[in-house]
Amino acid sequence: MEKLYNISIFTENSVGMLNRVTIVFTRRHINIESITASESEVKGVYRYTIVAQMTEDQAKKVVGQIEKLVEVLKVFYHTDGEVVFQEIALYKIPTKMLANRFDAEKIIRAHHARILTVESGFTIIEKTGHENELKGLFDALVPFGILEYVKSGRIAISKPMKTLETYLEEMSNN
Amino acid sequence: MENNKIRGAEVVMKCLVAEGVSTIFGYPGGAIMPIYDALYDFRDSITHHLVRHEQGAIHAAQGYARTSKTVGVCFATSGPGATNLITGIADAMIDSTPVVCITGQVASHLLGTDAFQETDVIGISMPVTKWNVQVTRAEDIQPALAKAFYIARSGRPGPVLIDITKDAQFGLTEFEYKPFGEIRSYNPSPKLDVEEVKKAAELLNRAKKPYLLVGQGIILSSAEKALVEFAEKSGIPVASTLLGLGAIPANHSQYVGYLGMHGNYAPNVLTNECDVLIGIGLRFDDRVTGDTSRYAKQAQIIHIDIDKSELGKIVDTKIAIHADANEALQELTKWIEPKKHYQWIQQFRDLEAVENEQIIQNVIHPVKNELKMAEVVHKLSKKTDGRAIIVTDVGQHQMVTSRYYKYKESNNNITSGGLGTMGFGLPAAIGAKLGNPDKMAILIVGDGGFQMTIQELGTILQSKVDVKIIILNNNFLGMVRQWQQLFFEKRYSFTDIVNPDFCAIARGYGLEAVKIEERVQLDGALDDLLNSKSAYLLEIIVEQEENVFPMVETGASVSEIRLS
Repeated sequence: MEKLYNISIFTENSVGMLNRVTIVFTRRHINIESITASESEVKGVYRYTIVAQMTEDQAKKVVGQIEKLVEVLKVFYHTDGEVVFQEIALYKIPTKMLANRFDAEKIIRAHHARILTVESGFTIIEKTGHENELKGLFDALVPFGILEYVKSGRIAISKPMKTLETYLEEMSNN
Repeated sequence: MENNKIRGAEVVMKCLVAEGVSTIFGYPGGAIMPIYDALYDFRDSITHHLVRHEQGAIHAAQGYARTSKTVGVCFATSGPGATNLITGIADAMIDSTPVVCITGQVASHLLGTDAFQETDVIGISMPVTKWNVQVTRAEDIQPALAKAFYIARSGRPGPVLIDITKDAQFGLTEFEYKPFGEIRSYNPSPKLDVEEVKKAAELLNRAKKPYLLVGQGIILSSAEKALVEFAEKSGIPVASTLLGLGAIPANHSQYVGYLGMHGNYAPNVLTNECDVLIGIGLRFDDRVTGDTSRYAKQAQIIHIDIDKSELGKIVDTKIAIHADANEALQELTKWIEPKKHYQWIQQFRDLEAVENEQIIQNVIHPVKNELKMAEVVHKLSKKTDGRAIIVTDVGQHQMVTSRYYKYKESNNNITSGGLGTMGFGLPAAIGAKLGNPDKMAILIVGDGGFQMTIQELGTILQSKVDVKIIILNNNFLGMVRQWQQLFFEKRYSFTDIVNPDFCAIARGYGLEAVKIEERVQLDGALDDLLNSKSAYLLEIIVEQEENVFPMVETGASVSEIRLS
């Protein structure tokens, strides 16, 4: 059965690494739904969070083939229940609409959103949360006239407590 | 200090010498000219063979790597030179062959500008290399090359590509050779889990019908001796994949044959009857397994491989051991109980008799009509005592060779397995001969595949390589024709091929060449080939519409193997 998997990949920081990783998905015709990359808690080790729809069998094999890449340190796959995850979205709406509508404050409060900047022409609102929550604010803002909308990929942290450094130690002992 | 510095191109040559490279296959061009210029000063320590097409360079490097058990090296220029290597790199990747490809690249300030002969060879080769890197500074060449050789030869071997920009080749740097230590993200020698080995031994000790399948991993890890010791102590019958042929001598009393689509009858059928199946150094390719949903379902499977991602990739395993084959086999031998499995092995022999009667005797000892491929290979096997280096291309002749050549020694079977690259044979044979010059190297090739890289006869001419060539000519693209006959209602769509006069071409390149069509000529012709002192081509006209049997059809189970 296909479901959404969160694949966490720890790699060295070398040119073209992301390409090497995505090729593994492409070969198996698995569409990547979202992807984020940043430095991890260990200096020089980068962490990719890739979200994709697949079966557990596929997830296992994809993880194996990514881990096989020379510069990849460790790969994990988790279902949504096994991770805490978050996304961020920015909404650009006309400032005059915000000023004119009586329900603006209520909406922003209800969605736990915040205003990043107000300029004469536009206002930027930020919200973090799960995809459906970000979509909820989007729907509520539609009557205001959304000028631009952008959403990040998912970032996820797994619930198990083993640290990356422990894995790195285990690897060097092997 | 400037006078301590040398050019990046010279660094390349010094690194190759330090890595013990004595042979390179390559083709010069604009972006690799500084390296070729440096090579000119290293002609005494490194022999460069000028191929006629870069595909020839990579296949020759593959053949060389496999018979010499070292890393094969090839040079190509940027753009088309580099892209021409890709087929061979993909072939080396899937067949785990250690090669280092060095390609020239346009100067770094031109990267990404669509400069003359610029191509993104890093991007193109990424999915088919074990590792690749682009070097844009002279000082980065030494560490990149040391890392390249380390990665190519360690763990599960594979191809590595180093793309060096022209300015890096010209750039000045100090040189000190530092062999590569280790990469924290890469573990080529996994620690053997002895507890898992004990569990595997226990499973095998309790088994009534244990069965051992071996692949090229045995050869790559030099585990031939450990394999025979394990087999003889355990009494377990042993079958081999295409690339594993020669890992155990074909005349060993426990060897039961060749697996897969055109393999032997017994080892395929009895895969679905064993109770414990142990696979070592093979990847359960679909040509070996047939339909995986009906593959050894009754058996508990033990899989040993150095590539962790192969474990559980195709078949579900009871015990998966991530290890070097040689180390694992030696440990396994300690825990295995001495046994004989006479009755179980007799089951193989009984089915072998069926195959022998229904197929083998008819094709190795035919009495009338045209010559058959199998009788040629059978005779060659006898005449060389199964000890020559045999290189094949891809197709019917390849399957016939793997069926009827009885390999008694390891590292002698050079063929394109996973990728199935037509055109592999001729250049690979050149490399195979140069990789182990003391042995005779014989290429068995079809009329189709031979023409895909026929230009490498020029390399044979120029480098005076003693390759014996046997063309099994049926004037058809035989394997595809066989499938058209069996599965496409004999609609022979573009498989009949009009061939040139192969002997005339070979003579044009300075080879001695003979063509035969009659059975009475066969013995003498093979003797002449084997006794010739230099490169030699023997064209044998064989039956046009011969089919290779047995056969496991696509989608069929291994136990449904057809005898006709």
